[in-house]
Amino acid sequence: MKKDFNLTDFAIRYGFLLLMLGLVIGFSVAQPAFLSARSGVFILQSVAITGILALGVTATLVVGGFDLSIGAVATSALMLSAYAMVIWDLGAVEAVLLCLAMGALVGLINGLLIVKMKVPDLLATLGMMFLLMGLQRIPTEGNSISTGMSLPGGGTATGTFSEGFLMLGRYRLDFILEDLVPLSVVFLIVIALLVWGFLELTRHGRVMYAIGSNAKAASLAGINVNGYRVLAYVISGTLASFGGILLAARLGRGDVASGNNLLLDAVAAALIGFAVLGAAKPNAFGTAIGALFVGILLQGLTMLNAPYYTQDFIKGAVLVVALVFTFALSGRNGRGRT
Amino acid sequence: MPQDAIVIAGLTKSFARNNVLRGVDLTLSAGQVTVLMGANGAGKSTLVKILCGVQAADSGTITLDGRPFEPASPAAALRAGVVTVHQSINDGVAPDLDVASNLLLDELASGSSFVLNRRRMRAEARRIAGAVGLDVDVTRPVSELALADRQLVSIARAMSHKPRLLILDEPTSSLSAAETERLFALIDRLRAEGVAILYISHRMSDIRRLADRIVSMRDGLISGRFESQPLDYAGAVRAMLGHEITEVDIDIPPAGRPVIEARGLVLRAGAAPFDLTLHENEVVAITGLVGSGKSALAEVLYGITAPVAGELRLDGAAYAPASPGVAVRAGVFLSAKDRLLNSVVPDFDLTRNMTLPFLGRHAALLGLMRRGSERAVASRMIAEMGVVCQGPKDGILTLSGGNQQKVVVARWLAEASRLLILDEPFQGVDIQARRDIGKRIRESAATRATLVLCAEIDEALEIADRILVMSEHSIAGAHRNQNIDLGLVMAQVTESAAGHSA
Repeated sequence: MKKDFNLTDFAIRYGFLLLMLGLVIGFSVAQPAFLSARSGVFILQSVAITGILALGVTATLVVGGFDLSIGAVATSALMLSAYAMVIWDLGAVEAVLLCLAMGALVGLINGLLIVKMKVPDLLATLGMMFLLMGLQRIPTEGNSISTGMSLPGGGTATGTFSEGFLMLGRYRLDFILEDLVPLSVVFLIVIALLVWGFLELTRHGRVMYAIGSNAKAASLAGINVNGYRVLAYVISGTLASFGGILLAARLGRGDVASGNNLLLDAVAAALIGFAVLGAAKPNAFGTAIGALFVGILLQGLTMLNAPYYTQDFIKGAVLVVALVFTFALSGRNGRGRT
Repeated sequence: MPQDAIVIAGLTKSFARNNVLRGVDLTLSAGQVTVLMGANGAGKSTLVKILCGVQAADSGTITLDGRPFEPASPAAALRAGVVTVHQSINDGVAPDLDVASNLLLDELASGSSFVLNRRRMRAEARRIAGAVGLDVDVTRPVSELALADRQLVSIARAMSHKPRLLILDEPTSSLSAAETERLFALIDRLRAEGVAILYISHRMSDIRRLADRIVSMRDGLISGRFESQPLDYAGAVRAMLGHEITEVDIDIPPAGRPVIEARGLVLRAGAAPFDLTLHENEVVAITGLVGSGKSALAEVLYGITAPVAGELRLDGAAYAPASPGVAVRAGVFLSAKDRLLNSVVPDFDLTRNMTLPFLGRHAALLGLMRRGSERAVASRMIAEMGVVCQGPKDGILTLSGGNQQKVVVARWLAEASRLLILDEPFQGVDIQARRDIGKRIRESAATRATLVLCAEIDEALEIADRILVMSEHSIAGAHRNQNIDLGLVMAQVTESAAGHSA
């Protein structure tokens, strides 16, 4: 009786980490190349952008909200950075700052729609998602942006992606092996540590968790609930735009068709994160592990020659299993009721 | 000779290592009101949960009208005729649905017919509502009703099941005197119809009015049965607590200088303006019915709403808080009523629940939390309040109601305040916890003004130096808590302010 109880407890806490370890071992046995440093870095690189987006959406989940606009914010940042450099001829720093400001502004508008206009969070950010998906295509009349493209007003674009900007997505640091670690992976790790520290170690993170758990109680404790909710969406928008910048730097062009999967992957990572260490609530560490889990799974399947079109199905299945871990097994349904 | 409706024998239930019920034997007779008394943690809630099919017993038997009764679910218990009205109001109603749908919810759920006949539903709902004296438009959503009416809806809904056993778990805690009397009349009628009634309450006034017999529970066992008339109320309380209760003697200290001064305060349009002064080293209780304006006053003092008219001064300076945050920074704290709704953060352990309003005190550079500082405060407050727990990292929901209440009150006692407002600090707590909380509030009151809002006059008498009566959103009377004229207090509680405007 007592032993069963402990086993369940153990499964809830470590089940997902063990499952991930099992995957790594399984893939390594089937395909020894899986365990190489390059393969490991490739996994990290493949999840860097969705991981950053997922950390942003985690902030909104913590306050009991949800940001569906992150994918559209990222692709908007992708188009805006390309537009800024190729058509307005701006430098890398200006382009990056412009995109981050755009992301923060979208987050601010999302937040104000939710706290001032009382639009439910899912609907407000869904509306913002559609708005941005349309808006980002207007300036170029629906075309992708690259050097030498013909402009709607006549003439051709003469600007180029600056080298400094492209480095953000392509530069690799020497670490043990030459040219091993891409800059984007460093960004992911630094942002993950920052978001984790903010949510777990500071009073602001504490307050945001209190709001997500019982907003009424937080408000009656003298906390500026609306301010913190807006802040969560600003964080989410800013991180999403940074993800878009990295994507633009990797692609080297303003591609209208890229970034379709960003929302699904990021949300999946954040929700899988609920199950890590039995947290049963949004948390930065879990989100990072969730992103890594999806990356390992897809990399392994790719190396085993699984067809690409099975990927979304597998991601969805993993997400469902993770949610069962969180809500059914742990029996802590604090978040399940909302 | 009354017929035995329910016979419970040797019932046990454990959670992990915790033996909550240790062999309960209890017989409930048809046509009799059995009052069940017990401190929090005595096992009352678990017993009720087993009877209404939420949990299964580990061992022991229950027979209902001679047949074994082992409900697998709340719906099964309901079909067998065991109806439960829970303490927390929103358990029993779906706030978004209209009254008619709520009253017929169980029939809708069992789905006898697929298509709803609106007109027939409304007629049936009106009949059910009428039977409990609930007079509302059945097409209104329940969320628009007053709290007391919501509870009547949940009770009315239970009534529609022709119960064999009716369990009422502190049903009067949010009802006004008139509504309570309406409920009691209903209970009288059901008793006459031969329904067995198990009534759980801490309110002596309810118990005196209703009880045919009293059963006391303590530590998972029945510790006393009191059946011979006149009932031995003191004995029942003794059996429940395991020791004699002593009346709290209030020793009124000299009041200090004024902290809060209100002039010409109008809490809602049309209410009579009133003045109010609260002093340092003084505990003032405001009593009055649900809806008399006690909470409206708290909301004004705490910056949740602005008064219609009038001005406030705090320590002589003008005071018009724009938000609770401003009020807290000015030293005005509010411990809100309905702890699960307004105070408890369910995902947090008890330390984090205590430190929530004052995170700045425990934060270092960059807002980083200093856990040691938090733990020190939590340990101190656990000791001061006598919170029964394994340690400061216990999840708040693992504590009993009384201990949860101690934690949310401790939250506001941990820092010095100018004015501490406690709105129903004794809501849903047992007598022992109530005494602990009251004692701690009085002990710490020297350097601030303290305002306690409670609907129960008993509670006000236990804690206050001065008792104010509120009625119709205005002050209807003021009494020094010494040789108090209870008849006058009661009259002021129920009088209308119409003939009283100042």
